Amino acid sequence: MILIRLFYEFCKVGLFAIGGGMATIPFLNKMADATGWFTRMDLLNMIAISESTPGPIGVNMATYVGYHIAGLTGAVVATLGLTFPSIVVIVIIAKALKKFGDSPYVKAAMYGLRAASAGLIAAAGISVAEVTLLNIPGFKTAGLSQLFEVRGIILALILFVLTKKYSKVHPVAFLAASAVVGVVFHFAV
Amino acid sequence: MPILLELFLTFAKMGAVTFGGGYAMLPILQREVVEKRHWATNDELTDYYAVGQCTPGIIAVNTATFIGTKLAGTVGGVIATLGVVFPSIVIITLIAMFLTNFADLPLVKNAFAGIRICVCVLIFNAVLKLLKGAIVDKLTKILFVMVVVISTVTDISPAILVVLAGLIGLWAKKKGGELQ
Repeated sequence: MILIRLFYEFCKVGLFAIGGGMATIPFLNKMADATGWFTRMDLLNMIAISESTPGPIGVNMATYVGYHIAGLTGAVVATLGLTFPSIVVIVIIAKALKKFGDSPYVKAAMYGLRAASAGLIAAAGISVAEVTLLNIPGFKTAGLSQLFEVRGIILALILFVLTKKYSKVHPVAFLAASAVVGVVFHFAV
Repeated sequence: MPILLELFLTFAKMGAVTFGGGYAMLPILQREVVEKRHWATNDELTDYYAVGQCTPGIIAVNTATFIGTKLAGTVGGVIATLGVVFPSIVIITLIAMFLTNFADLPLVKNAFAGIRICVCVLIFNAVLKLLKGAIVDKLTKILFVMVVVISTVTDISPAILVVLAGLIGLWAKKKGGELQ
């Protein structure tokens, strides 16, 4: 039955894609080839939509594929399939952490892990900055004058100051304001 | 409000405004989970992200499961996870039904160009809040800088970096005589 296969295929993606939504993409490519449920071109369109909507990209992809295979039920089944392996693993680890969290060994490992985790998040921020604030293809063709997305950098600096000054304001307010700025000043087209 | 309902609604709220990947959820998590509800500390969030890098699954989902389990056991873990994916299921299904060219609409493209810049700034602010708990001495400072450089410049899996850092932490504490 297609729902069972849908659940199973997305369990596989959820199980092997370690480290974030982007890691699901090679597995989704394999799924496209193996099941014929969608083409690689469909996948590219889905990635674009998934990046433009709230929610983790992996979840969005599962919902989109599931919907196209089997309607709303398919959307739900695919998403549950994707999240099922990680729910199991994380619940086990979370309970273990609760029990052994005070052990000096765990604390020693966490001492190292925490520095790495902060580093990875900072690196993620840098890669977002690279894509949004720099124009690498423009730089390659037209040189230094094209390198910086000036309006983007100005917005970023203004946001940096405002978020510090109005630290009580919920991040969502700044996201909404940035969307409006993007539309008013035609940041993309 | 019963905790399970509050877990579901809080994580649904967060899932609904997380644009651009699991890291973008961090600033919202800090606001809703750490500052407003005191369900976890910034240090614990950093720990969950670290473990979430090495385990199957998407980081936003894993973090939801962690916090839900911490608050209300296995049931809490499941409910929080269902909460965080719920908005995506609804929104994507609606888009799939009505708007297959959603990503090409100029309004959408422009709005998201703005949103991405905001996400960038919010992530940096979030990192600044985490640094206090993550960098406590010279070794952690070095680890932090090395991880930033290595993951920006190379393709080395984040999971490997996290595991190595954990082992270095163990080795450092053992060498310092704090472990038996």
